Amino acid sequence: MIAKVGVLLWKDILSELRTKELIFSMLVFSLMVAVIFNFSFPPGSEFIKDASPGILWMTFIFAGLLGMNRSFVYEVDTGCLQGLMLAPMDRSVIYISKLLVNFIFIGTVELIVTPLFAIFFDFSIIDSLGPFLLMLFLSTLGFSVIGTLFSAIAVNTKTREVMLPILHFPVVIPIIICAVQATSAIFQGREWSEIWNWLKILIAFDIIFLILAILMFEYVIEE
Amino acid sequence: MNVSKSILGPALFVCMLVNLYLIFMFAPTESSMGQIQRIFYFHVPTAWVSGLSLFVLFISSILYLWKKQRKYDIVAHAAGEIGVLFMTMFLVTGPIWARPVWNIWWDWSPRLTSSLVLWFIFVAYLMLRNFVENEEKGARLAAVFAIVGFVDVPIVYMSIRLWADIHPRPVIGGGESSGLHPDMKIAFYFSVLTFTLLFLYLLIQRVRLQKTTVAISEMKKQIAY
Repeated sequence: MIAKVGVLLWKDILSELRTKELIFSMLVFSLMVAVIFNFSFPPGSEFIKDASPGILWMTFIFAGLLGMNRSFVYEVDTGCLQGLMLAPMDRSVIYISKLLVNFIFIGTVELIVTPLFAIFFDFSIIDSLGPFLLMLFLSTLGFSVIGTLFSAIAVNTKTREVMLPILHFPVVIPIIICAVQATSAIFQGREWSEIWNWLKILIAFDIIFLILAILMFEYVIEE
Repeated sequence: MNVSKSILGPALFVCMLVNLYLIFMFAPTESSMGQIQRIFYFHVPTAWVSGLSLFVLFISSILYLWKKQRKYDIVAHAAGEIGVLFMTMFLVTGPIWARPVWNIWWDWSPRLTSSLVLWFIFVAYLMLRNFVENEEKGARLAAVFAIVGFVDVPIVYMSIRLWADIHPRPVIGGGESSGLHPDMKIAFYFSVLTFTLLFLYLLIQRVRLQKTTVAISEMKKQIAY
């Protein structure tokens, strides 16, 4: 099973490495969001500092959706999904490999964008890098778990790119709340117990939906 | 014999008339809020019916994925539509009540925010159904979404609750049922009963309508080929 996931994962990473389409678009998009958010505050305003965790997460979420939208479009349009379904393996292998691809791509973008945002919005995460990375890991995982399942759903609709956020946003609201609150607790140097409160919900979310998504995926791509 | 038309329909009509009497004549006027408080007898039952629809939607979606029978999907679809309808009524009556009493239309309290999120989940469900061309596929995908959405609701509520606790706000209005006058209780429970009957009636009618639609489209196919 792990070997099969690995093969599928490598296929997607290889095709991304050759074109570099997704990661680059997500990166440029993220930086543009930073610039645009900057204009929603009066120049030199102090608000921007309080709002920076929210801006950071809105950026990740929009950029992530941009990436996840593509994850099944290629497979369906080129008929590759049919091939994958004919391959002698469990359907959940397809889901898990796609989940890992999305997780790796979004994670990469986040790791590049966060330091740049730290410069733009003047915050520092060096002192609490551990909790920040843990929080980033948990939120991105939950976000991709739902996103991968829903992008497989959305690809079947007439309005593909529009449908994904409509399905995705209401369901990932717990992730958005926890990620933004945990990030702002980390930025303000609060105690670990307060950060941990948010991380607990993220862990519960990740476990529940990972299991549910693996169970449900079979019904999504069934022909 | 059509039970819903011959028994449920007339029963519902009588209940609605009695309900109006109980709400506007029988129940005493609330001392601090005045007449506007009577919207409570509509507001809370709409929430109850929304919850009921969500539950029916969840159960019938599971049954559909499990048994693959069209009838479960038809029930799920009907419950989804009724859910959107009552959730909308709930979200509209809330601000109408809040404005004169709390002097604001909307406040981002956990209950309101969660309701709004639930409304979005319902609407997304219906949109998903309508945007998939293949009907069988649409039913399957929508069922998956409904199940994920249902499981999500308690987590949404919990996280919004925690978020609201961290940012304290002035407490407005205690528990709605706290210190309810006995006559108010009668009116309230009767209203819940009436709305539940309304839910059943709408569900049955919507299912029948959908079944007819399916039957007609089958006939059309037979004639065409």
